[in-house]
Amino acid sequence: MDNLVEITNLHFNRNKRPIFTGIDLVIPRGKVIAILGPSGTGKTTLLKLIGGQLRPEQGTVKVAGQNIHQLSLTELYQLRKTMGMLFQSGGLFTHLSVFENVAFPLREHTRLSDAMIRSLVLIKLNMVGLRGARHLMPSELSGGMARRVALARAIALDPKLIMYDEPLSGQDPISMGVLIKLIRTLNDALGLTSVIVSHDVQETLSIADYVYVISNNKLIGQGTPDMITHDKSEQVQQFIKGLPDGPVPFHYPAEPFSKDLLEGVKAC
Amino acid sequence: MLNQVSMLGRFGIELVRDYGKAGLLLYQAIVRVPNFRKGFPLVLQRVYSEGVLSLTIIIVSSLFIGMVVALQGYNTLAKFGASSALGPLVALSVVRELGPVVTALLFAGRAGSAMAAEIGLMKATEQLSSMEMMAVNPLQRVIAPRLWGGFISMPLLTLIFNITAVYGAYLVGVKWLGVDAGAFWSNMQASVDFRTDIMNGIYKSVVFGFVVSWISVYQGYFATPTSAGIANATTRAVVYSSLAILGLDFVLTAMMIGGW
Amino acid sequence: MLSQRFVETCVGLFLIAAIAALLVLAFKVSGLTSFFTREGYNVTAQFDDIGQLKLRAAIKIGGVRVGEVSDIRLDPTSYRAVVTLHINSDVKDIPDDSSVAILTAGLLGDNYIEITPMYSSTFLKDGSQINDTKSAMILEKLIGQFMFKLGNDSNASNKATTKETTK
Repeated sequence: MDNLVEITNLHFNRNKRPIFTGIDLVIPRGKVIAILGPSGTGKTTLLKLIGGQLRPEQGTVKVAGQNIHQLSLTELYQLRKTMGMLFQSGGLFTHLSVFENVAFPLREHTRLSDAMIRSLVLIKLNMVGLRGARHLMPSELSGGMARRVALARAIALDPKLIMYDEPLSGQDPISMGVLIKLIRTLNDALGLTSVIVSHDVQETLSIADYVYVISNNKLIGQGTPDMITHDKSEQVQQFIKGLPDGPVPFHYPAEPFSKDLLEGVKAC
Repeated sequence: MLNQVSMLGRFGIELVRDYGKAGLLLYQAIVRVPNFRKGFPLVLQRVYSEGVLSLTIIIVSSLFIGMVVALQGYNTLAKFGASSALGPLVALSVVRELGPVVTALLFAGRAGSAMAAEIGLMKATEQLSSMEMMAVNPLQRVIAPRLWGGFISMPLLTLIFNITAVYGAYLVGVKWLGVDAGAFWSNMQASVDFRTDIMNGIYKSVVFGFVVSWISVYQGYFATPTSAGIANATTRAVVYSSLAILGLDFVLTAMMIGGW
Repeated sequence: MLSQRFVETCVGLFLIAAIAALLVLAFKVSGLTSFFTREGYNVTAQFDDIGQLKLRAAIKIGGVRVGEVSDIRLDPTSYRAVVTLHINSDVKDIPDDSSVAILTAGLLGDNYIEITPMYSSTFLKDGSQINDTKSAMILEKLIGQFMFKLGNDSNASNKATTKETTK
């Protein structure tokens, strides 16, 4: 069981604010790994670091054994062809139809004939259940459908690693169910390694093989979904159970309430 | 007081950084050897959307500008009995200054703003990021064709502007106000020199095309990915392009008059 | 997304329209007769003062353009301007004792060269020199001459009147 991605001692700052202070995690091949945490903890940033779009201050990110930040631009682009990424907003090209969107990576990186490309696109669209929608434009799709098209596009080149950035946010229950099922099925059917970044605890835990929980710039818990649900740490418990108050406080730091009110009274 | 000085310093440094970013953007988009087979159809698309679709506004504006210059010119020249100088007046004004400058301003307003908005929006909806993650360089695929498109369309549009403006002037001057057609054309031909007037005008338009495209693409690429950010980027693209056009026009004219 | 063929056609038409515009501009608006210097031969002439004569100024015989000025230099020994006239090859028989003058087109126009043919039976060829030259008329010198003449006349008439009064 080797690891497709290995992250060691990762430190990253944005505008002088620390986002990660020493994160270690591994993504083993063929598994579905979930990265959970409250919003704003930099989960999307983590995916961008894995993809080489951002550079860490310290620490290494190794993908398929290669330190991704030491690659030349050509090598980086070669590596990216084996990775697929699903952005939060889908990232579909608005001037191309659904078919052309999925065909895009094929046209750019391969010299396959039009007939072959057509077959491949139809296969990928069929996998996500949108073969009949191939002539629609992105503006005509619902949010869930757009994400499925983006998913089809992400697997167009048969990548080894696929990263999902908040795939379930803002979806109705049916779309959520569809997407979750797709993520697991595709992972197993195509032998992918999937990394899901999300804050949808219940849905994600239902398909993940291993979970990492990130909060306050650090890893606060990891384990199988079973282990995580029964984790003793208060932080993890608050997140998993969705408790309004706990280590992440309800009140934004402020003066004592009585003092604040009385000051207003004194003024008049 | 010290606060103001440090603010000024910071502003200066930011400005230099911005120019650096713009320069790097240009280098990465254009200087890296382009892939002709794939790139050419993209550039063609851009020449269509920036050049061909601007034709309407260019032709209509140039027609009216030519007509107005002829009207105003005749109005004044007739007082000195010099209405036979209308031909040269119109041709020289248009070919030397109005053609390149007005075309560039209209281009900035129409195509420049579109470029900035499109690129800004693509950035905001993560289309450029997805392209990067798909191992396609967005600078070469999205930015470079737009730069080349603007660069190529501008001189072509200027040529068409020149000719329709002169034609408009002909309509007003000869057909309506009664200037003698022979005098109109022959005086014009005697005063307009191909190399120093027409070609210089074209060189100006090439420079303007380059500058407008560069500024618009830069503003779009570095826009803040919010709706307000994109609106700002679009406005800035048009305003900065216009200022650059007028400033460069002066510099180029000075260079050309001073001996080219 | 418009079909590639439609786009290519439109861009092609655009390009053709622009080139047509360039040609019309070249020939109708600027009167460019040829882009390359026509076949011709060079003849020199020396002038005391060339005034505002510029390169590529017209050379005319009887008001008809027959060539252009191709070079203007200063002779280092005689300090006179040496002007090279490039005359079209179809104007072959200019007598070599013709006179050459720098005239002004209109009152305040550009300077051009006018050749007045004379009677010799030998003709100008490549490298010949025209000796009978009249320099450009400089307005300031003319005014100066005029005022000098006026001054002289009034002096003369003054002297005449004073002579009469003193008689």
